[in-house]
Amino acid sequence: MTITTTETQGADLATRDMLLNIGPAHPAMHGIVRIVTRLEGEQIEDVDVEIGYLHRGFEKMSEQVPYNSVIPYTDRLNYVSPLINNMGYCMSVEKLLGIEVPERCHYVRVIVSEISRVSDHLTCVGATAMELGAFTVFLYMIKAREYLWDLVEEVSGARLTVSYCRVGGVKADLPEGFGERCADAFKETRKVIAESEGLLLRNRIFTDRMEGTGILSAEDAISYGISGPFLRASGADYDVRKDCPYSIYDRIDFDVPVGTKGDNMDRFLVRIEEMEQSMRIVEQALGDMPPGPVMSDPGTGRPIPAAEMVDLGKMGKIAKLVGGCAVAGPTLEGSGRAHRAGTATDEKRVMLPPKEDAYGNIEGLMQQFKLVMFGHGVRAPKGEVYFPVEGANGELGFYIVSDGGPGAYRVRVRPPCFAIMSALPKLLVGDMIADIIPTFGAVNMIGGELDR
Amino acid sequence: MNNAELITLISERFSDAVLGSHDYRGDATVMVRRESLVEVARALKDEPELSMNYLMDLTAVDYSTFGEVGAPAFFASSGVSIRPSSVIPDEDPWPGPPLETRYALVCHFFSTAQKHRLRLVVPIEEDEPEVDTLSELWPGANWLEREAWDMFGIRFKGHPDLRRLLMYEEFEGHPLRKDYQVDERQPLIGPVN
Repeated sequence: MTITTTETQGADLATRDMLLNIGPAHPAMHGIVRIVTRLEGEQIEDVDVEIGYLHRGFEKMSEQVPYNSVIPYTDRLNYVSPLINNMGYCMSVEKLLGIEVPERCHYVRVIVSEISRVSDHLTCVGATAMELGAFTVFLYMIKAREYLWDLVEEVSGARLTVSYCRVGGVKADLPEGFGERCADAFKETRKVIAESEGLLLRNRIFTDRMEGTGILSAEDAISYGISGPFLRASGADYDVRKDCPYSIYDRIDFDVPVGTKGDNMDRFLVRIEEMEQSMRIVEQALGDMPPGPVMSDPGTGRPIPAAEMVDLGKMGKIAKLVGGCAVAGPTLEGSGRAHRAGTATDEKRVMLPPKEDAYGNIEGLMQQFKLVMFGHGVRAPKGEVYFPVEGANGELGFYIVSDGGPGAYRVRVRPPCFAIMSALPKLLVGDMIADIIPTFGAVNMIGGELDR
Repeated sequence: MNNAELITLISERFSDAVLGSHDYRGDATVMVRRESLVEVARALKDEPELSMNYLMDLTAVDYSTFGEVGAPAFFASSGVSIRPSSVIPDEDPWPGPPLETRYALVCHFFSTAQKHRLRLVVPIEEDEPEVDTLSELWPGANWLEREAWDMFGIRFKGHPDLRRLLMYEEFEGHPLRKDYQVDERQPLIGPVN
C-alpha cells in the first residue's frame, strides 16, 4: 500500500527541464564555444550550439591583401596543423594561376603536412584523454608533439605560425640531415603512441566513456557534410588523398583506416592508426623525393655573406659575385639559388628571386621589387577555382574568385570541423551529460577554422 | 563520369533551368535559375548516375565591385599570360561572373560513389535576395545557410532557424558584402543585466 502511494507521489512530482549552459569559457570546450543544453535528469533533450566567438574576418581580410599576404592568416585557421592550411591555400592559388611546382616541392609539402597531421591527431587524442582524467597521456602526447614541432621549427623557423608555403613553392628547402632527425622523432613518437594506447585501452574509465557514445551512422555523417577521421570512424572510407589525389599522394602507398561502429572509441582508434599511416607517408616521401642540392659540394657555389654581396654589387664589382651564393643568416637558410630549383617554380611573375639574384643583378632586383611593391605583385587571371586537400579534420577546401586584381576577389574556406559542429545536436541528443566531453573531444573543434 | 559528360547531362536534363556552364581549370560548373535550385539539387542527390551525396560547401559571392579595383600593373603590361601547367586542364575559358545580378550562391557537390564534383552557381538579384533552402535535402546546409545569411544577407525560404551564426544578433549589416567597409566598427553589445 505504502509502495503504491510512493509511486503515485513519484509520478505526480513536478519535474521540469533544466537548462545548462556549457561554455563559452569552459576547460573542456577547446577554445571558445557555447553549448546550451536542455536536460531531463541527466539526459540531454535538446542542444543549441553557439559559435563565432573567435570570428576575426579571415575571408574579409583575404579580399584586402595580395595573394601571398593571406598565407599568415591561413596559419591561424587550424593552428594545430597550419602547414596543411598553407599547402591547401597555395595549391588553390596555383590552380587559379595555372602553374605547377617542382617535384621536390610537392614532396616537401607532403612531408611537412603529414608531420602536421600527426601533431594534430596527437593533440586531439591527448586532450580528449585529459578531459576523461588521463592527464599522463596528455603530457606524453604533448611530449611527442614537441619532437614533431622541433622538426617543423627546423624547416620553417617557427613552431606554430609557420607561414612556410609560398604561392609557387615553399620558403626554403629541407635542412641537411632532416631525414635522420625525422626518423629519430618518429621513433620517439611511435613509442609514445604505443605507450598511450596501452594506458588508455586497458583503462575502464576511458573505454566505458568512449564506447557507445556519440554514435553517428555513415549516411548521417555524409548528409551533414562530415569528412575526415570523424566520417571514417563511421565506416565510410572517403579520404581526399585517396579519392581525389592531389600533389604526390597517388604515388604513395598508405591505408585509410575505417571504423565500424561510429562511436567515440572508433574515432580514437582511427586517429591512432592515421598517425601511423602519416608517418609511413613521410618515410616513403623522404625515400622517394628527388635529391636536393648538397651545400658542401663546391659546384653549388661559393658562399658570400649577403651584406658583403650588397656592397660588392653597389660598387659594381659583379665579377666577384659570379658563382657565389648568398649566406643570409639562419632565417633564409635553404632558400638560396641552388635550393630554389627544387623547391619553387621558375615562374618569375609569381615567386621572389633567390637572394643571390636580388642582391647581385638588376633583373633579380626588378623581379623582387615588382613582386613586393604595392599595386604590383602576383596577378591571377579572372576565374574561380575550388581546391580540396585532406586537412587533419577532413576536407579543407579553398574557393577563390579572382577579378584580375592584385588580390583575391573572394576567398572562402570550407572548414572541416564546421560540418561536424553543425551535427553536434544530432550527436548529443539522447546521450547523458557526461558524454558531451568525449564526443566534443572527438569532434576536435578548432576555433580558428570554425569561426574564421 | 567526366566533367564534360556531367555538364551535358545536367544541361539536357534541365534545359529550362540551366543558364550556362563552364569547366574552368577542371571545375565542372553549372549556372541554374534561382527557382530551380531545389529541383536540380534533388536530382543531383537522388539520381544514381549523379549520386552527389555530399553538399560540400555553400557560400555566396557579392559581385558588385567585380573588376573595379586595382589597375593591372605587371602582368597585363608585360603582355604574357602565365604559362598553364600540363596537369591543370585549361581548355574551357571562364565566362565571367553573372554580372547582371549582384549575388551568386555557390554550392559545391561531391559524389563518393562516382568521385565527381560539381559547382552550382545561382544568380540572385539585389532587390530580392532570397532563395529556397537546401536544408531539407542535406541537414548540413542548415549552418551553411545561416552563415550565408549572416555574411551576405541572403534569405533562405523554408529554413527552419535562420539566425546569425558567426556574428551576434544585434550586429547591423552583413560583413562580407562589398559595401561593408573593412574598417567599419560596431561596438560589441554585452548582456543587458
